[in-house]
Amino acid sequence: VNDGDRVGHGDGHGDRHGDRHGDGDRDGTRAAAGRLAATAAGDAYPRIVAALIRITGDWTLAEDCAQDALSLALVRWPDDGLPANPGGWLMMVARNRAVDVLRRTSVERSKLREVAVLALTAATEQPERDEDGDEVVDDRLRLVFTCCHPALSLEAQVALTLRTVCAVPTADIARAFLTGESAMTRRLTRAKAKIAQARIPYRVPSGAALAERLPGVLAVLYLLFTHGYNADGEPAFAEEAVRLARLLARLMPAEAEASALLALLLLQHSRRHARRDAEGRLVSLDDQDRSRWDHAAISEAVGLLSGLAQRWQGGGQSRGQGRDDADDAAGPYEVQARIAACHATAPSVEATDWLRIADGYDRLLRLQPSPVIELNRAVAHGYAYGPAVGLALLERARSGGALDDYPLAVAVEADLTARAGDRERAAALFRRAAARTRGGSERRALLDRADAVDGGRAGQGSQGDQGGQSAVLET
Amino acid sequence: MKYMMFVCTDTEPDTDPAAEPDINVWVDQNDTAGRRLQGMALAPTSTATTVRVRSGRLLVSDGPFAETKEVIVGFDLLECADLDEAIEVARTHPMARRGRIEIRPVADFEQ
Repeated sequence: VNDGDRVGHGDGHGDRHGDRHGDGDRDGTRAAAGRLAATAAGDAYPRIVAALIRITGDWTLAEDCAQDALSLALVRWPDDGLPANPGGWLMMVARNRAVDVLRRTSVERSKLREVAVLALTAATEQPERDEDGDEVVDDRLRLVFTCCHPALSLEAQVALTLRTVCAVPTADIARAFLTGESAMTRRLTRAKAKIAQARIPYRVPSGAALAERLPGVLAVLYLLFTHGYNADGEPAFAEEAVRLARLLARLMPAEAEASALLALLLLQHSRRHARRDAEGRLVSLDDQDRSRWDHAAISEAVGLLSGLAQRWQGGGQSRGQGRDDADDAAGPYEVQARIAACHATAPSVEATDWLRIADGYDRLLRLQPSPVIELNRAVAHGYAYGPAVGLALLERARSGGALDDYPLAVAVEADLTARAGDRERAAALFRRAAARTRGGSERRALLDRADAVDGGRAGQGSQGDQGGQSAVLET
Repeated sequence: MKYMMFVCTDTEPDTDPAAEPDINVWVDQNDTAGRRLQGMALAPTSTATTVRVRSGRLLVSDGPFAETKEVIVGFDLLECADLDEAIEVARTHPMARRGRIEIRPVADFEQ
């Protein structure tokens, strides 16, 4: 089964996200069965690993055994068909494996081992239930909150979430963090050792503590998404972030910001097929073929947002002021999602509700004062009230000096300058922004803009659609 | 689970003028709850002496082992269920605002 581990990584992941397969499997039915198996196993995986951690308290054991079960499933299920209860099947295999491993380990701490074996023997993949049979806390939530504990470094939080909750191979995580696999393995091991040694609890906090911790968890999911969505990122991470956000929104229906984050990610992700041309270059928002946006994802997000608006209105004193109440109660992810929804539901750049977007950035700046949000606000106001207003706000955003080395600030200045009619200066600014940009795709897109402005296609402005924190338009 | 709480100074204390918790109340509460096993404030680092033995020779020198702007001014040994509880104890200490607090688990060689 150990050998199958690699199968699990390759198939489980590659298949789930599309295409890294290509093993010359000519039997289409079997390939389809393989995909079905990978999806079912992938969906069940976090619950298995989370339950094993709860029962044994041993992260590495839990992860190894869940991986083994996943690998076996990916070998067996395509031929045998899906079991009636895929989660139950995986849990049984993983549990038996854990019992084997524990029985074979040295006699030290035999008492603890016995306890773990007993607990495992009694365990199923079913979550803990109270006397009334209600699910107490979903194990997966516990796992996510523990991976995202603030006592771990932010990078460790993201990496551990990818590895433990999403079963992403360490090599893929290492690539995203621009480091080697062995260095990433050491970081993950250190993080797991800290959880054990400092006794970071395996728990979802409640009450005031939940309000304190949830934003950190959501920030990790957002960062995970940007690692996938950024031009040179790992696309699979964006899918994982959407899956996790969906899980969180479902498991924490009372938390508006969890639903809002899902909406925001769905909206940004909805453009994934339209934001690159055939050569892989980034396509700016106004040049994108909007029919290629994922309109199912957009309506899901819009539905989530109207659900939130109704919630605020229902809770408010006066129904007459519903709109304003709703906006005032909204947290930062909801405000960002509403801004993204303005873009996603507009038929074109010209027909976009820029006044509403500008207002959204005003709100966002009040909630989360930061130079990057000020920059985005300058762009929005530039469209809503003209490039002169945008340039004035840009100057203010830059006055603190925090944007000095930020290529996007130069790109924004270039765009506003082009729209104000000074082509020559705009082209030079686009080239300066390109020279300061690290990502190859972003740099090319900026050079294209410079050429377009030089070549006389000036006037109509456009923004690079880079998504994530670094976007000019969408944050 | 035992945690050592190092109480340190910080070059950037909290500027929020809200009332600082009373250290005596903090000590009483945590002593009563059985969470604070021991603890004391230390004399300033100007009184510190560093001792080393190298090749059998005693080396005594003036000052703390590291010259830093942030210095340890006291310690408390806690007994807590887990890190979250230790964090909650630390956050209510007045020096969490005026300085910073480092929490370290006591090593468990059984593990």
